[in-house]
Amino acid sequence: MIRVKLPTHLRTLAQVTGEVTLPVEDPVTQRAVLDALEARYPVLRGTIRDHGTQRRRAYVRFFACGQDLSHESPDALLPAAIATGAEPFLIVGAMAGG
Amino acid sequence: MTGVRVLVGTRKGAFILTADGKREQWEISGPHFAGWEVYHLKGSPVDPNRLYASQSTGWFGQLIQRSDDGGQTWEPVGNEFVYDGVPGTHQWYDGTQHPWEFKRVWHLEPSLTDPDTVYAGVEDAALFRSRDGGKTWQELPGLRHAKGHLWQPGAGGMCLHTIVLDPNDPNRIFVAISAAGAFRTDDGGATWQPINRGLQSGYELPDPSAEVGHCVHSIAMHPSRPDVLFMQKHWDVMRSDNAGELWHEISGNLPSDFGFPIAVHAHEPETIYVVPIKSDSEHYPPDGKLRVYRSRTGGNEWEALTNGLPQSDCYVNVLRDAVAVDSLASCGIYFGTSGGQVYASPDSGDTWTTIVRDLPAVLSVEVQTLP
Repeated sequence: MIRVKLPTHLRTLAQVTGEVTLPVEDPVTQRAVLDALEARYPVLRGTIRDHGTQRRRAYVRFFACGQDLSHESPDALLPAAIATGAEPFLIVGAMAGG
Repeated sequence: MTGVRVLVGTRKGAFILTADGKREQWEISGPHFAGWEVYHLKGSPVDPNRLYASQSTGWFGQLIQRSDDGGQTWEPVGNEFVYDGVPGTHQWYDGTQHPWEFKRVWHLEPSLTDPDTVYAGVEDAALFRSRDGGKTWQELPGLRHAKGHLWQPGAGGMCLHTIVLDPNDPNRIFVAISAAGAFRTDDGGATWQPINRGLQSGYELPDPSAEVGHCVHSIAMHPSRPDVLFMQKHWDVMRSDNAGELWHEISGNLPSDFGFPIAVHAHEPETIYVVPIKSDSEHYPPDGKLRVYRSRTGGNEWEALTNGLPQSDCYVNVLRDAVAVDSLASCGIYFGTSGGQVYASPDSGDTWTTIVRDLPAVLSVEVQTLP
């Protein structure tokens, strides 16, 4: 199972507390994880990725295993620790204050 | 018991203020959608328990929320706003053409007859309609054909912020777009025409009477006279007596004719309200005095309404959707400020009280008159 940590506002929107766990078949990629997340919680569609282009929203970041994966291809394999569930995939609201 | 429900959108959530017909004691609920910008929320005229809210942030984009119990509980509905076909381009700041890109919903206007039909005015400027209670949205693309390639964003973005529905003619809709102007359809949204003749933008446009490009801030109509429109423009308060075919200025003795909102009294179609702001760069009241101005002559002759409003050191702004009127026998007027105050007058503006004074910056105020 893949573990996903959502930012506070999206946890509120999806009405979940704590981490979300999702079954994701290989290959485990950003796209596969986000597809599974949005299938489970349709209310999140459009909040992480743009509806039309499916591109990451500008002020959303993807972190995992101490790395910023935001600029990786959505079809690149995620680290093995994400695929095994040892580490969570973090969806983060970027620092965007002043 | 007859009462009112005031719907307040702010920079950090929505608040609902309720009172009985006296409008003296208020209950305040919120923040709803805490931490999100709520540009606008509004109730259905035919089902007061049906509310729609526009919720957005720069982080997570646009959501539309719907309530079927007067705002006690909410349900996210559809948030997919896709322009019809290839939306083409509009004018950009550097003179090049720029593709239409959806950013947010500025204004929600529920149908006058069907609680499941609601219009959304969006940035980049377009009009969308939902006929299923907000689940799905379809653009009315004919609007962008009204010289859309010449529209360009103002400082607040290229937003469609005003939607006025004609109560006598379901096929007639008026809209206004910042830095583009006012537009009207007479065929239910299939085709649109600019209605900006008579507007003068001497400081803003090389051709001061151009067909499009005027920065209309808001438009108001009294339902008993849908051909009479009142407009607060970037500068100038204007009036049309023929559904926008021709406008004339009614700024008269206002201390400044710059401002954002305009409203019409519920029972007196010639009584109108504006909140003058000093200038386009100084978005606060002249002389630090918060004054609502009322004309009982349909314009030109204005009186300052000050009783209960701060008359010194006040430097707040009142945005275009942040004034509303109820329809109780003694007409109530409401407005919210960038300083987080919401003021109410239960007597057509003669006296004012503060309902709440420390909300986040107020973006919009609507009021429902409850049976």
